[in-house]
Amino acid sequence: MPAPAQVTLPSDREVRVTRQFNTPRQLVYDAHTKPELIRKWLGYAEWDMPVCEMDVRVGGKYRWQWKNKESGKQFGFFGPFTEVDAPARLAHDQYFDPGDIGGSMPSGDPCEVSLDLTEHNGVTTLVSNMKFASKEARDGAVATGMTDGMEFSYTRLDEMASAAA
Amino acid sequence: MPATHLDATFAALADPTRRAILARLAEGEASVMELAEPFAMSQPAISKHLKVLERAGLISIGQDAQRRPRTLEAAPLDEAMAWIEKHREIWERNYQRLDALLDELKAVRPKSAAKKKRRKG
Repeated sequence: MPAPAQVTLPSDREVRVTRQFNTPRQLVYDAHTKPELIRKWLGYAEWDMPVCEMDVRVGGKYRWQWKNKESGKQFGFFGPFTEVDAPARLAHDQYFDPGDIGGSMPSGDPCEVSLDLTEHNGVTTLVSNMKFASKEARDGAVATGMTDGMEFSYTRLDEMASAAA
Repeated sequence: MPATHLDATFAALADPTRRAILARLAEGEASVMELAEPFAMSQPAISKHLKVLERAGLISIGQDAQRRPRTLEAAPLDEAMAWIEKHREIWERNYQRLDALLDELKAVRPKSAAKKKRRKG
């Protein structure tokens, strides 16, 4: 079992998540770039992911959309890729599409998201950095209804994770 | 959770002197003079830092009118920790699912990158 994810706040506008995987980085990269794989892990229990488009090249666009299984409410993220260096680095601008869930995350300015993968002895270290347009946007991103909506489903997620393991 | 509280808390914590002051107050209340002692700083400079901490709700001023001791208030710190923890949990849950998926992928494509004889524990 890998060590749990670590979260740090490198600056007022940033959130950085670090996590290790006992897997070669090409597979970790694939899991972040191939829609059929992304759908299997990125998201939240109680939410389907009807839209997952990935045009992985600089200037290419991605679009993710989740739909609540019960209420049918939707939200998502989209934006262009700004750096692609497989399997080491991927960066994109992330715009929030509040759909019909609302939330306090500003949808105007993008969040700059980067993913860095390094591999050592078969262990891949992932560093995901999110640089928000402002401090308020960063704090809003976590305080928003989206994350609140995810909390109630934590128990479900645990069950799924243990069933999948 | 009101984002403005968090802004004040994180801004207050961004300074090493203020973190040192909080660390000192974690051991017990102290007057401004006692707090200024370990730092190569004037009392007004320390007072400035104390004001920032006070505005963020991280410290309060005790009853003693003479000493006006500062006391650590843990609630905003707990809130800041909770904020980080919430974020961490969201990602950890995603990554646990990713772990399971990667295990599946490795089983399908065995030895894709690992043909090393030596293993490091």
